[in-house]
Amino acid sequence: MLKNIYRRGFLAQLLAVCAWPFAPARGADVGSESVEAMVRKVTGGAKVETGRVKLELPVLADNGNSVSLKVNVDSPMTPANYVKSIHIYAARNPRPNVANFYLGPRAGRAQLSTRVRLGGSQRVLALVALSDGTFWSATADVVVTLSACYDAT
Amino acid sequence: MTARIQVTPNPKRGDVIEIRIAIQHPMETGFRLDDGGRAIPKNVVNKLVCRYNNVEIFRAEMGSGIAANPFLDFFTVAEASGELVFDWIDDQGQTGSERVALTVTG
Repeated sequence: MLKNIYRRGFLAQLLAVCAWPFAPARGADVGSESVEAMVRKVTGGAKVETGRVKLELPVLADNGNSVSLKVNVDSPMTPANYVKSIHIYAARNPRPNVANFYLGPRAGRAQLSTRVRLGGSQRVLALVALSDGTFWSATADVVVTLSACYDAT
Repeated sequence: MTARIQVTPNPKRGDVIEIRIAIQHPMETGFRLDDGGRAIPKNVVNKLVCRYNNVEIFRAEMGSGIAANPFLDFFTVAEASGELVFDWIDDQGQTGSERVALTVTG
């Protein structure tokens, strides 16, 4: 009895996996917008410079379900000059906009750590908006052995 | 929803203190299937706000790209004794809240 139920479940899953490429994307927000478009929405078309931002990710991640990420911005964090927001993008994720973080002059230090999911080896982008209206970015390449998102388990 | 929060203990006025929060939450992506092959609906903690004596010092908008049991580590300047209040909400509208008392010397 138990064995039967298990087998039925397994077969159903197998069918679902096989049907995956033909199935309509789950969630209307998936794959509808490129990272470039998302970045433009934040910057309003302003120039994004490289530098001042340090994005730290492991070079090799065994498991894409949890990868540590650290962003550090070279900013004095004074009321006159501070980091307004940090945006993280992973282009190969089904939803590339991983997270947006909003800081202020009271943060004291422009640094943030979290753990992200990565759907495959890719270049992760960190976009930083400063209070003076400039935008800065940094990238980090990660090789992911076991990717998140696409295992239908 | 429970959360574990760590704040640098016994700060002096003007010190930069570290705040770490880990919320217990599956951060369901919406891409996984249950045993019957049906999609498990997306449910992630999409917003977290941290207030220090009623002033917002940090806000996070998160998606399915944040790992299960979301963990955040950020900083603030210890300005006065008081309270850090954390509020968060997930896609199903469930909210969580946690507060930490802060004693600042000097």
